[in-house]
Amino acid sequence: MNPLSPLAAVGRSVLALLQQIGQVSLFAANTLSHLVRPPFYPREFLSALFQIGWLSLPVVGLTAFFTGGALALQIYAGGARFNAEAVVPSIVAIGMVRELGPVLGGLMVAARVASSIAAELGTMKVTEQIDALVTLSTDPMKFLTLPRVLAATLAMPVLVAVGDTIGIMGGYLVAVARLEFNAATYLSNTVDFLQLWDILSGLVKGAVFGFIVALMGCYYGMTSGRGAQGVGRATKTAVVVASVLILAANYLLTEVFFSA
Amino acid sequence: MIELTNIHKRFGANKVLQGTSLTVPKGSSLVIIGGSGTGKSVTLKCILGLVKPDSGTIKIEGRDISSGDRDAFLARFGMLFQGGALFDSMPVWQNVAFRLQRGALKRPAAEAREIAIEKLRRVGLAPEVADRFPAELSGGMQKRVSLARAIAAEPEIIFFDEPTTGLDPIMSGVINELIREIVVEMGVTAMTITHDMTSVDTIADKVAMLHRGTIQWCGPRAQMAQSGDPYVDQFVNGRAEGPIETLR
Repeated sequence: MNPLSPLAAVGRSVLALLQQIGQVSLFAANTLSHLVRPPFYPREFLSALFQIGWLSLPVVGLTAFFTGGALALQIYAGGARFNAEAVVPSIVAIGMVRELGPVLGGLMVAARVASSIAAELGTMKVTEQIDALVTLSTDPMKFLTLPRVLAATLAMPVLVAVGDTIGIMGGYLVAVARLEFNAATYLSNTVDFLQLWDILSGLVKGAVFGFIVALMGCYYGMTSGRGAQGVGRATKTAVVVASVLILAANYLLTEVFFSA
Repeated sequence: MIELTNIHKRFGANKVLQGTSLTVPKGSSLVIIGGSGTGKSVTLKCILGLVKPDSGTIKIEGRDISSGDRDAFLARFGMLFQGGALFDSMPVWQNVAFRLQRGALKRPAAEAREIAIEKLRRVGLAPEVADRFPAELSGGMQKRVSLARAIAAEPEIIFFDEPTTGLDPIMSGVINELIREIVVEMGVTAMTITHDMTSVDTIADKVAMLHRGTIQWCGPRAQMAQSGDPYVDQFVNGRAEGPIETLR
């Protein structure tokens, strides 16, 4: 065996990764360039907004509700170790709006939306529907990609805001029903300790995550391989890459927003 | 008139087109025959700009297609895709009227729908089909809808990619007749890809045989039987023995 072949293998994967990053960046830049280049397709945008935003509400709401409840239990148990049970309301609120609301919401939307976009566009590609769009003088980037990316970027902050609220409510219900907190005190503690920037930073994260989710769904769908296997692989890759990118972007944004 | 001159196209190591040259006179119907993987679809896709050739020129009415307004260029085309390629998120009439609802040809929804229904009738479909979704239709009906979409905006040039693939012989005959009628009555320039010899007999004025990325033979349909070309002979008669290598 050539002693250099392990090195070559590492080099190949690094090159492949760099190539992939380059292609995704070009795809993103191309998508955004259509923001200012007519024609626009408002009906496609509204339909994407409905699919991505409205129909994701149940899953984001349920996730937030149970997470808020579990968070209250954990912080109560942890806080009890040094007699700080009273921090439950403020930490539940801060934890939800800064981290868990956007991240878990983003991951759930990645599972729901990146997969469905990739599968839909992949199938359209495989069945020549994307070629058909071009022959009908319609740019697939304008007609398919931009509406989805824009809708996800705008809908995610709203989903995060709803998730935050439901999550805090979940924590509140658990705290009042199970941990014998006073309802009024819990609410006032929640409101008093929460700052505007806590909430806004979470919403900005949400917008970034929404952009990532739809972009990955569109990119992997549009570049899907042939046949059922190609579409399957595109769907899987879109969800995995979107999820990892969300977590990585979350770390970077947290570093930018909150590191002193 | 469509003129292809010395088109080359490769995908990785696979040289699909290797100097394809072809002329289709205005208002005539050319059928391209050839085995699978000989570059028939890629030829059409090159003309439409869905695939960019590595070298060679393509001219339509004397103008190079790589220059000029792409939308205006595409507006002159209609295309019937092999699998229909109907948009399954839209009802049939919106598929047919796709071009009439956006862009330069945009018109009011009611008018677009009316034209769609008229085109559906032209391809033998009842107006009730207009509100159904493509997935609810049989293969033959999908082909008809796709044909209606291809002719909806009155194109000057229509491409048919394997129009009878996947249909039973009777439905194939019906679609072939329909294509012939439409080509004649609209006076369009037509290019059809097929390996169905009954399509060739019905649709073609001129036949070109593509083999290994070059035009092996090209001539009027009537002369095909006496072409004297062993490749054409083998293909037309469906013989396993001959100059075209086959796997078995």
